[in-house]
Amino acid sequence: MADLTTPASESWGEWFDRHSRTFFIAPAVTLILIFAIFPTFYSILFAVSRVRFTPDGLSFRFVGLQNFARQIFGSEQDHFLGKIGELGVLGSCLLAIVSAALLFWLYKSLSITSWVGMVGRVISALAAWFVAWLLCVTLLAGNPIGTLLTTLFYVIIGCSVQFVIGTGLAFLCSQPVAGKNFFRVVFFLPLMITPLGVGYAMKMVADITKGPFQPLFGAAAVDTWVWSSSPWASRFVMMICDSWQWIPFIFICMLAALENVPRDHVEAAQVDGASSLQIFREVIWPQIIPVAVTVLLIRMIEAFKLVDLPNIMTGGGPGSSTESMTLHSVYIWRANDMGNSAAIAYLLLIVTVIVCSSFFNYVVLGQLKKAKES
Amino acid sequence: MSDAGYKLEQKSRSLMERLFEPPEIGRMSPAAKIVAYALLVIWTLFVLFPIYWVLITSFKDAAAVNQGPFYIPFVDFRPTTSAWVAQFTEDANCGLAAIARQFGLLIYNTFAWLLSPFVTLTPMEPEICKIYRAFTNSLVISVVSTILCVGVGSMAAYALARIQYRPRFGNIVIFVLLALAVILVSRYLGVHWTVTSAVGLALFFLLTRAFGKHFTSRLSNGDILFWIISQRILPPIVVIIPVYMMFQAVGLLDTHLALIIIYAVANLPIVVWLMHDFFASLPIELEESAQLDGATRFYIFREIVLPLTRPGLAATILLTLILNWNEYLFAVFLATAKSQTMPITVAAKNAGEKGVLWWEMSAIIVVMIIPVIVMAIVLQRFIQRGVLLGAVKG
Repeated sequence: MADLTTPASESWGEWFDRHSRTFFIAPAVTLILIFAIFPTFYSILFAVSRVRFTPDGLSFRFVGLQNFARQIFGSEQDHFLGKIGELGVLGSCLLAIVSAALLFWLYKSLSITSWVGMVGRVISALAAWFVAWLLCVTLLAGNPIGTLLTTLFYVIIGCSVQFVIGTGLAFLCSQPVAGKNFFRVVFFLPLMITPLGVGYAMKMVADITKGPFQPLFGAAAVDTWVWSSSPWASRFVMMICDSWQWIPFIFICMLAALENVPRDHVEAAQVDGASSLQIFREVIWPQIIPVAVTVLLIRMIEAFKLVDLPNIMTGGGPGSSTESMTLHSVYIWRANDMGNSAAIAYLLLIVTVIVCSSFFNYVVLGQLKKAKES
Repeated sequence: MSDAGYKLEQKSRSLMERLFEPPEIGRMSPAAKIVAYALLVIWTLFVLFPIYWVLITSFKDAAAVNQGPFYIPFVDFRPTTSAWVAQFTEDANCGLAAIARQFGLLIYNTFAWLLSPFVTLTPMEPEICKIYRAFTNSLVISVVSTILCVGVGSMAAYALARIQYRPRFGNIVIFVLLALAVILVSRYLGVHWTVTSAVGLALFFLLTRAFGKHFTSRLSNGDILFWIISQRILPPIVVIIPVYMMFQAVGLLDTHLALIIIYAVANLPIVVWLMHDFFASLPIELEESAQLDGATRFYIFREIVLPLTRPGLAATILLTLILNWNEYLFAVFLATAKSQTMPITVAAKNAGEKGVLWWEMSAIIVVMIIPVIVMAIVLQRFIQRGVLLGAVKG
């Protein structure tokens, strides 16, 4: 109510300046509230409703958690989780090992966290156990996997591959090699190219009959085999193409981190006769690990959003084997089933939050704390 | 290992030593050098080959694509510009005048929309060939949205770096509850959304004025920053359906403004995150002395702070520009015809009745990626610094 007590002669400029703290942050917060937070809540409404098109707009009928149940237990289970089969001997053993490891981890963390941390850890452990169980009853039972595991494949396997190659290239470029700047520019290029363009370029390059590697396939006498008809081959092709685009991101961040490592530490180790590998492991790695885990986290967050590549290259096929969860949701939206589409989008949000916050809490924070202490 | 330094000074070394040990500190042994260069060259080829393939395919014709792979122009196939000619002459409106008219149309239609509650102005219909239209659309949308995003984002980032905010937690809870109530009432009771949002907003101010003092738990700047940055985790697919409905409700579907706003919001977390680091690393004394001289906060921000962070600002702008130029998912949903961007136009080529015309497709892809590649090569130092400064600081 302070406004009323100020003199009436106050100019607009003064009023503006007095409230500047609000005006600075208000546009950003308003934009996010309207176009990110509000839609997030609004799509709950879609996810718990059966949405129909009527002449005067959309009609919503409340169905509770039916849309979610449909993905996990009902008719869409094959698509989302995969075809669930018998738990074999190998699967049981694996599951037992995973369960034991998770229980041991929970038991160990009892003494180091508060009850809030414990709740988070139980959720993470349950999620990890569920993924392990799903792997055992789908993949190990010889059944096709669903879009959930495909997405996790792109995120976990894809990011690991990208991280290892990106860091390796950054390490090579941080060595005294000639033409460093040339390599920097070239290795950086794919990141700038539209993912959609990458999709088409890769589709052309990976084409069996007209692509550049046709003689190779011909020589190997695999004319009858096409990668786009094999689920796992397509997934790996997708992962390689995604890596082509995203390794540069890891590369430039890790190169910056490597160049920040003090030269005299490395030189001291060199004088002591340590090999390059030893230097990397003992001197450089401990100094760049906080950056490494942060970069990996950013990359993981973006990897969950993968949609252009499978959409362009395979259209999600063969079957639904290269569909990421985003693409799954898009396809269901195209079939005018907004309720289920929103439910899958929400499941993606839940998976993303669980995976990313687990990684953030148990890996990134730990490393940052360690770096601060030393 | 103290004798290693001695060993390095020795003149006569065995072949193995010459191969595997560095001749002096800070250089590589010949064997390591060979391996390093081999790996670097292999990766260079891996990176450049798809780009090269697209480039040469755009100069092929149907025969050169379909009769098996040809690799080198002039050697195993004769390059033609037929794909390019087809792109730029298939339509009558491919001249400079058409481009100028398109820019005029953009400005006129924006005004027409802004004035639509008061005066009814018939919007101009685009008369321009597809590829130019997509290019101008992409250009306008990404540039304007970058300006909006960096402007709003850097203001928020500066405020979070310099001003202490202590919002009450209870007020935020009230806001969320009211927003939910607005959604439910307008959806299930059929009240128009303008009425419910106005009532909701009024109730929010009333309730915070009345009860605000009683909420004791407060958030800090760090919490707000984390909240904004964490929006990046939100998959776009979660918000796309409601955003689509919202733009439909205000008649903004398939307009530039819709894409501009949504791109700006999508990139806001990155801008705030990067710019916050740049602002936080500035010395505060300069701003304090300006404040003592009676400068307003906006003046300080515009005249002192922004010029000081020019390199960081440039990096952030370039990064946002490229992300906007490349965006696909939002455009698929929101740009159905008139406001199609480059990626959508390329994707539309895929569904031709004659199958995929790879040579024409390649030509458009080249048009689409040339601006970013040129930008990447010329300005890579700027962009890399921007990306990594944020990442390195975490």
